[in-house]
Amino acid sequence: MRHIISILLENEAGALSRVSGLFSARAYNIESLTVAPTEDSSLSRMTIVSVGSDDVIEQITKQLNKLIEVVKVVDLSEAAHVERELMLVKVRATGKEREEMKRIADIFRGRIIDVTESTYVIELTGNNSKLDAFLETIGKALILETVRTGVCGIGRGDRILKV
Amino acid sequence: MVLTGAEIVIRCLQEEKVEFVFGYPGGSVLYIYDAMFKQDQFKHILVRHEQAAVHAADAYSRSSQRVGVAMVTSGPGVTNAVTGIATAYMDSIPLVVITGQVPTAYIGQDAFQECDTVGITRPCVKHNFLVKDVKDLAITIKKAFFLAKSGRPGPVLVDIPKDISNHKYEFEYPKSVSMRSYNPVIKGHTGQIKKALQLLLDAKRPMVYTGGGVILSDAAGKLTKLVKALGFPITNTLMGLGGYPATDKQFVGMLGLHGTYEANMAMQNCDVLLAIGARFDDRVIGNTAHFNEVQRKIIHIDIDPSSISKRVKVDVPIVGNVADVLDDLQKQLDAAEAKSDAKALAAWWTQIEAWRARNCLKYKPNSKVIMPQLVIEKLYQVTGGDAIITSDVGQHQMWAAQYYKFDKPRRWINSGGLGTMGFGLPAAMGAHFANPKATVACVTGEASIQMCIQELSTCKQYRLPIKIINLNNRYLGMVRQWQEMFHGNRYAESYVDALPDFVKLAEAYGHVGMHITKPQDVESAMQQAFTTHKNELVFMDFITDQTANVFPMIAAGKGLSEMILAEDL
Repeated sequence: MRHIISILLENEAGALSRVSGLFSARAYNIESLTVAPTEDSSLSRMTIVSVGSDDVIEQITKQLNKLIEVVKVVDLSEAAHVERELMLVKVRATGKEREEMKRIADIFRGRIIDVTESTYVIELTGNNSKLDAFLETIGKALILETVRTGVCGIGRGDRILKV
Repeated sequence: MVLTGAEIVIRCLQEEKVEFVFGYPGGSVLYIYDAMFKQDQFKHILVRHEQAAVHAADAYSRSSQRVGVAMVTSGPGVTNAVTGIATAYMDSIPLVVITGQVPTAYIGQDAFQECDTVGITRPCVKHNFLVKDVKDLAITIKKAFFLAKSGRPGPVLVDIPKDISNHKYEFEYPKSVSMRSYNPVIKGHTGQIKKALQLLLDAKRPMVYTGGGVILSDAAGKLTKLVKALGFPITNTLMGLGGYPATDKQFVGMLGLHGTYEANMAMQNCDVLLAIGARFDDRVIGNTAHFNEVQRKIIHIDIDPSSISKRVKVDVPIVGNVADVLDDLQKQLDAAEAKSDAKALAAWWTQIEAWRARNCLKYKPNSKVIMPQLVIEKLYQVTGGDAIITSDVGQHQMWAAQYYKFDKPRRWINSGGLGTMGFGLPAAMGAHFANPKATVACVTGEASIQMCIQELSTCKQYRLPIKIINLNNRYLGMVRQWQEMFHGNRYAESYVDALPDFVKLAEAYGHVGMHITKPQDVESAMQQAFTTHKNELVFMDFITDQTANVFPMIAAGKGLSEMILAEDL
């Protein structure tokens, strides 16, 4: 099953490689990993999407907790949460496709943030499947380049991950 | 007081009451060695290879419960030390390893003797640090000692660039240290302990299984008291030997791949299992699916939550320091009105005694060739069972674990997790420094001993009266045993040709060498080594039976009760 693991860790050099090293050393799977400092600059917040059985996910959270620089670990997918991912897509936008591109971007509530005579860069946020659906709608032929941040997520309501 | 980084390192080690630093100098640690030269509060032990420095510091810790300290230079100093660090990591041994690094400005430029120390060692340390500013040096070393010995212990590495060891800063050693991200649980959950006690008292076929955690937490006394009060059978893992007196009748021997018949059968067939400071590893449980075929309730006490339910599902997990949890368990037991089921327990013991009667460790005596088991039995007799025994890795290690009866903790020093050949001799050095009055013997084989043989020179320099028990069968014995049993007798590269004359070799290093070929000479040679040559290093080269195998044995992929016994063959 797919899990979203949120981690608060010390914002120190090398902390990221300890986490990524743990995943490779123990043969855990990483679908995406995103990390940036929080409002408290001494802490980073990392979101990892991993796929594994309950036993594996339990081991992952235990092993993460064991890392000295990790302050807190939560499996967001255990309860209500929201997840978002940001994607930038550069597409071919010429001839009749130029109009169509704009229309599709609007339907998906994307924004065009760069325009040339022949290309658009479209910014889109949403959950995984929305971004996938957008790419599928446009079709491979017109996609010049995509970049995705990976998932970040947060618990709903009173679920708060804080020191 | 304003000190250089190098002086700060030395002062920190003094503040930590370090007695010995095992190490090897080099370019990046020159300032530190210079500062060390000017003090005499602790002693530096110069080894002949960095791997040995870490093994010696490791065994110093294993045999004393103190933190071991090793110091090496950058680049090859570090890479040589990695085997030692990984060995300590696998067995959760508290070490502080101080490594030199090239100057800060050179880092990342492929400088001479540069390597990414923090990167290379990251997967085999509990934690590591690169000190980038001299003002962080003292607090980093304080943290290193704190991390190494608290929680589940382990090696911690501090990498110090050369310029940092020459920068100056006001020295003050922090009195305490706290880290918001690191708070190991010490006390066990009272409710869980209560549940555990209820299960234990209700058990019909209880079993106690303990590992290295009991030794690390210095809980052998508490464990012994509790198990004697309960009257339950107990087995120790390879790492846990000495946690419960081996000569006591409740002890059913070591379990696992080469465990006793009675220990493995009791483990498999119990209905309540109390696991303490052990981690159900592959060499202990064998095939987990086979183990799970029998229904049983498992209570697991461990300080590391990630060791619980890792390989085997546990019913009552208790996270905490073994000694603290055992204290609480004992208190609850003493206060409990309920008693264990004496009748069921008696029946269970009858069954266990029947298994024990198979006498699984008996071997065919031989009047012409020395049987390796005999050597260990004689070693046990001659040393009165009270020596510190270090071991290398292979058949000799298993025979030592099976035939030397360890009644006390910290007497059996071996590389259980990583299985590092070459560990034994440097380990004996470390054990001697921690216990200068104890008899220290290194049980080894002609292959293992050659992996750190250069340390005979260190032994001479410090006049270490270690007794080396070399079980020389001219084979990589355990490899040969597997090839015989599972690879159609094709002994691929397991015959050790062109062996040195170990007697001459020992003499060349300035030690006493003995060559023993006849079974009837084993005991007298040992008497001579341990009495006449008490204060010298004696290299005892026992020419043993080449075909002897270690039994009982669980073949790869098999379950605990599917042992091969010597009598089956």
